[in-house]
Amino acid sequence: MSNNFRLESGEGINQTEKISFKFNGKTLFGYKGDSLASALLANGIHLIGRSFKYHRPRGILSSGSEEPNALVQIIKDKDKAKTDPNVRATQIEIYEGLEAQSQNCWPNVKFDIGEINSIFSSILPAGFYYKTFMWPSKLWRKYEYFIRKSAGLGKSPTEKDPDKYDHKYYHCDVLIVGGGPAGITAALMAAKSGNKILLVDEKPEFGENLLSSSKENIKINDLSPAEWIKVKRKELLNFKNIKTLNRTTVSAYHNYNYLIMMQNLTDHLSENEKKGKIRQRLWKVRAKKVILATGSIERPLVFDGNDRPGIMLSSAVKKYLNFYGVKCGNKIVIFTNNDSAYETAIELHNKNSKVQAIVDIREESSGDLPKKCNELGLKIYWKHTIVSSSGHTKVKNVSVMKLSKDNSVVIGKKINIKCDSVAMSGGWTPAVHLFTQSGGKLDFNNQNFCFYPKKTTQKQISIGSCNGTFKLADIINESNQKTSEFINQNVENKNKISEPKEGDLENIWLLPSNKALGKTKSFIDFQNDVTAKDIKLALREGYKSIEHVKRYTTTGMATDQGKIANMHALGIVAETTNTKMGDLGTTTFRPPYTPLTFGAIVGRNVNQFFDITRRTPIHSWHKKNNAKFEDVGQWKRAWYYPIDNESMFDAVQRESKAARTKAGILDASTLGKIDIQGSDTSEFLNRVYTNAWNKLAIGKCRYGLMLNDDGMVYDDGVTTRLNENHYIMTTTTGGAATVMSKLEDFLQTEWPELKVYLTSVTDHFATVSVCGPHSKKILEKVTENIDYSDQNFPHMSFKEGSINKIKCRVMRISFTGELSYEINIQANYGQSVWEKCMNAGKEYGITPYGTEAMHLLRAEKGFIIAGQETDGTVTPIDLQMDWIVSKKKYDFIGKRSLYRSDTAREDRKHYVGLLTKDPNEILEEGAQIVAEVKNRPPMDMIGHITSSYYSPNLNKSIALAVVKNGKKLKGKKLFVPMANKTIEVTVSDPVFLDKEGTRLNA
Amino acid sequence: MFIIKCPYCGERDHSEFSYGGEAHINRPKKPTELTDDQWAEYLFMRKNIKGIHYERWNHSHGCRRWFNMARDTSNDKIHSVYKIGEKPPV
Amino acid sequence: MKNKYSIFTLIKNSFSYHENWQKAWGNPKPKSYYDIVIVGGGGHGLATAYYLAKEHNLKNIAVVEKGWIGGGNTGRNTTIIRSNYLWDASAGLYDHALKIWENLSQELNFNVMFSQRGVMNLAHNQHDVRELKRRTHANRLNGIDCEWLNVDQVKEFCPIINCSPDIRYPVMGSTLQRRAGTARHDAVAWGYARSADSMGVDIIQNCEVKGIKRKGDSIEGLETTKGFIKTSKIGVAAAGHSSVIANMAGLKLPLESKPLQALVSEPIKPIIDTVVMSNAVHAYVSQSDKGELVIGAGTDSYVSYTQKGTHEIIEGTLKAVLELYPIFSRLRMLRQWGGIVDICPDASPIISKTSIKGLYFNCGWGTGGFKATPGSGHLFAYTIAKDEPHALNAPFNINRFVSGDLVDEHGAAAVAH
Repeated sequence: MSNNFRLESGEGINQTEKISFKFNGKTLFGYKGDSLASALLANGIHLIGRSFKYHRPRGILSSGSEEPNALVQIIKDKDKAKTDPNVRATQIEIYEGLEAQSQNCWPNVKFDIGEINSIFSSILPAGFYYKTFMWPSKLWRKYEYFIRKSAGLGKSPTEKDPDKYDHKYYHCDVLIVGGGPAGITAALMAAKSGNKILLVDEKPEFGENLLSSSKENIKINDLSPAEWIKVKRKELLNFKNIKTLNRTTVSAYHNYNYLIMMQNLTDHLSENEKKGKIRQRLWKVRAKKVILATGSIERPLVFDGNDRPGIMLSSAVKKYLNFYGVKCGNKIVIFTNNDSAYETAIELHNKNSKVQAIVDIREESSGDLPKKCNELGLKIYWKHTIVSSSGHTKVKNVSVMKLSKDNSVVIGKKINIKCDSVAMSGGWTPAVHLFTQSGGKLDFNNQNFCFYPKKTTQKQISIGSCNGTFKLADIINESNQKTSEFINQNVENKNKISEPKEGDLENIWLLPSNKALGKTKSFIDFQNDVTAKDIKLALREGYKSIEHVKRYTTTGMATDQGKIANMHALGIVAETTNTKMGDLGTTTFRPPYTPLTFGAIVGRNVNQFFDITRRTPIHSWHKKNNAKFEDVGQWKRAWYYPIDNESMFDAVQRESKAARTKAGILDASTLGKIDIQGSDTSEFLNRVYTNAWNKLAIGKCRYGLMLNDDGMVYDDGVTTRLNENHYIMTTTTGGAATVMSKLEDFLQTEWPELKVYLTSVTDHFATVSVCGPHSKKILEKVTENIDYSDQNFPHMSFKEGSINKIKCRVMRISFTGELSYEINIQANYGQSVWEKCMNAGKEYGITPYGTEAMHLLRAEKGFIIAGQETDGTVTPIDLQMDWIVSKKKYDFIGKRSLYRSDTAREDRKHYVGLLTKDPNEILEEGAQIVAEVKNRPPMDMIGHITSSYYSPNLNKSIALAVVKNGKKLKGKKLFVPMANKTIEVTVSDPVFLDKEGTRLNA
Repeated sequence: MFIIKCPYCGERDHSEFSYGGEAHINRPKKPTELTDDQWAEYLFMRKNIKGIHYERWNHSHGCRRWFNMARDTSNDKIHSVYKIGEKPPV
Repeated sequence: MKNKYSIFTLIKNSFSYHENWQKAWGNPKPKSYYDIVIVGGGGHGLATAYYLAKEHNLKNIAVVEKGWIGGGNTGRNTTIIRSNYLWDASAGLYDHALKIWENLSQELNFNVMFSQRGVMNLAHNQHDVRELKRRTHANRLNGIDCEWLNVDQVKEFCPIINCSPDIRYPVMGSTLQRRAGTARHDAVAWGYARSADSMGVDIIQNCEVKGIKRKGDSIEGLETTKGFIKTSKIGVAAAGHSSVIANMAGLKLPLESKPLQALVSEPIKPIIDTVVMSNAVHAYVSQSDKGELVIGAGTDSYVSYTQKGTHEIIEGTLKAVLELYPIFSRLRMLRQWGGIVDICPDASPIISKTSIKGLYFNCGWGTGGFKATPGSGHLFAYTIAKDEPHALNAPFNINRFVSGDLVDEHGAAAVAH
């Protein structure tokens, strides 16, 4: 196909640079600067896609981000990763190799099976789905399958996105949103006082719309708008303090002048140019002041058949003509309620498109442009309206009738006008989206029939047509004046602007027709196929609030987010319910202003950057030695170390056995460590732990349990008194940060009188734990200056020593029940100390064991793991750890809650051990326990299994559990009903091995 | 995202801070002397005010100091910040 | 009685261009006295009124709503319905609701589009596996359908989830409740409103409660923007604004109201036919019948009544979504919004009498109230009508915060508190 509809020139395109692209498989060409929409129109293509509900043929309505109809799927050969659904043809710039397809149609856009919906449209009014598909109830999933299939527009990629996205934080004095005449004027004004300015616009160039203005009718300081804007663009470059961004859309305006904007970096480039580049960048901007110059959006007119391809907005027709050098048709009908469309008529006429007729709903206009059209001999039908259109995939005819005096009905004879395009204008809607997002309140202007900003709540102004100021001279004057006030400086800036005088706009939200409303299809929301009669139906059925109307009909909920539909929906509601527009209010404009890719929102925080990975200083050794890792919070912990093809079970059994019979070594570096200093530390520990701390001697360690103030266990660990006023506390791996915060909180806010100072030192130390009967011998080989005799260094005590002259702390504490030592050393020596232990232990069969074996070993001893045996509902009494709850202490965190009526109950769930009848049967962690098995659920659950293992040291399975009244059930039979069998268990003491603790001194 | 003026560090982005609930709920000095009802009042009951809310914040990614803030929860406007122990502004 | 909704009435009405449909509900002026006034015209409040009229034969009932019905959290949630809760009390409550959901469209003669497409809860570490298995077993013994899927089964049931072992927090399995799913949120409010209205309930919109008049320890009525309404029983179902109403009566509740956000993508052709939730990677995703991906984000930490959360919550959620579904990176967020959720310290609701006679509260649903709507309304109606709780909501009394008998469901809430 050739560019039959292309003119000799267009302000925005470069006809020396030809670009080929594909649409629905056909190769076409356009020029550098073309949007996909303009390039298609140049090729005479109006039919782009199908609508959401009725699958009606749809073309191009607008020329910008408000486009509801012309959505395409961008594809890249057969690449399943790089396809983009629902892209507006009006927004995407063409590039070499661009390939686009129509959406929501099958088998193709010209013949779409889905159009059958259109035939049944009479039984598919707004909300029809609420009234049917209810019987039989089981079938809804079947109905739903077909409904879902026919809805949904474009297709998702099915492979991982290869593109990269980026984030940028930015601070500026003034952010100016919108680079039209208002925004540019404001930027130049504000820049003069040296402010750091950021000027952004969603289009590829600033001032695009002025480039499509008439060259003759408007003059600014004797320049045409296009010439003026080019001068201003150059001026912008002279200011070092102005940063400009194009192809950048402000999508959200939050509190405290925090704005989110998205810059498109490569979507307009060819595949070759895209390579290695970031696709989109999300900007997070904090601006001291914000100037909104977001412009306005032209409204369509609502008449029967206003959705056919070829029926477009008047400003868009003008833009395609002057900016892109594309005729939208050869025989065009202008349909308007204001003077702006007359400029389109004149421009079309001047460029040899035949203006078939101008249909104006007004009685007359006092403006200059209608007069000029008259002089040019263009036929104007005053006080007329289009009542219907025809043409299946493209408009070919419109019918026009006269309006009655009060505009309520049409009268007289129907006039048919042949055409291949209609340029309509229903007036202008200020783009107040960001303003309302920022918290601003709107008011309604009864002259221009639009909402405009009334009261702002942030440091912000609106200027230009987004503020309801529509004449160019007014826009430029307002921008100068309001900006200078806003930034507190007085700069004279006088411009001489001449532009045509305009007549008043007259507004009819729903144009009358010669048909009954029920027979018409006058579209309000084009994409979602919401018509005027749908709005009326909603109101009739009692959906009165504008939000109800919106939700019931889905008007304004399409991908243009109501940019096109909202005003007419509101207008019709106001009219029908006899409410003033101002009183009705608008629906909420929710961010983002235009749809925002997930990729841009997420930026670089994907893959390896999804979350921080914390590794211990000994990680690389574990890795080298074939460890499997477990995620514990952000930490990677060595889980087990399979040898050859060993299974996890076998590895864990081997490791656990070695730890008890020979020596085991564990990387415990992830445990939280808090350095505590100060003269009131023992009092502090008294308050935060359940047990007493004032008698802990220097060099001794003590286990402590921490409760929340609601009495429930939330962390545990060993704290060691290093010195008179110096302690080191350990916490669980997962609890480290919260314990630290909580302790700081209490110190600062409740007990500021205590002289206690906390420092988190988790990352500063590596912790190597060596246990087993040979551990002492190994430690003796590794460390210097420590006397390991039981007398000098008993269980639960600490010694300072060194390893290769590097200071280290050794605690004799045990989580396995074996003789056990923990070496704490500066983190960067961690791995060498570990290796030293491995070498020293070689002769004793030292075996590295992971977290799984650690869990098994402590379970044999019945030690709890906070977060496994406890779940936020367990008290120390429930754990049968009464011994650790001081009766003497006046208070500690959580104490009072233990005496509440329910918490003090005797028959709460208690921590117990379980043994299976068959010692080889291993219970499933999480399985539930019953006292009595029933044939079918529900069954009374009295507890659950918290931990379960096969013990290699006892040669039987063991489990830990919490069971209702468990203290009193020792020796009783209980049952664990699984999906396919029931397992019999006996309640036992949770300590399965070495109750006397003799191994600690082995 | 607010901008919060830490009384120790000055204006910083919201993301540096963490919220700590309603302010001026002092932990009872003698919990054992309270009834279950009084203890529940301290532990769980909150004003949860729509309007000026006195609340605790921590400059957790900064100086780690706790302080108080008066904020209008109906529009998230921060009225003042003040140190722990200081009287709330009227 | 309203005229019936069916394919036949749709066809019949199409001949008169749908000009003759009746109002789904009326627009009455408040009477001076009602036997019971429900504060809050969301799903819970409307359902309560419906069951009061239907099951307790009470006729003089009003629902007062400060905005438009269904405009609060009912119209702002991600429509997930499930009952796979851990504790017996919660399982009882939510499964009671789920059973009503299963026939709700027929009962209300309003298609609420309850779509039993299944809900998955993914596990990403050993702790998740243990806790989710615990829930699966508890559900099974409570008679609630729930299955454990291993990674291969996860992949088979929902192929687009990234089950690679190389991601930061690999999927290690999942629970699946097949009876669970989604529903059309607005329709729930509208369906209950229509049926309640037809039984004589007055639904009064744009009527904000300004004060509660007490006489000693009992209720005399409420001051509203549409005048004083005398009544002796008030049932409050005001979600995020519960504390505001409670304060009017001089009560304090164990609640904090926080912004919870959600978002949808642009509509796309069907790509995910179930609901997937993940606690650890914090993302939950389903796809609406319109084709939009419906994504639940988290709560901000602070109290706020602005219905606006921070961008960073959205960013965090989508980060998690892309971790689990890297194919969604090029899709676009169409709309984001916030609601105000009232959260209890134990992440379970309150359906309870109060210390004031005739004043009842239904609140504290936090991030998970939508799923409970029919059950909550049913039990709240019972509690108000009989002045005593039903066995199913007895555990959810206010006094549990005094006794310590909490129903701690933090593990079950999709949003990490």
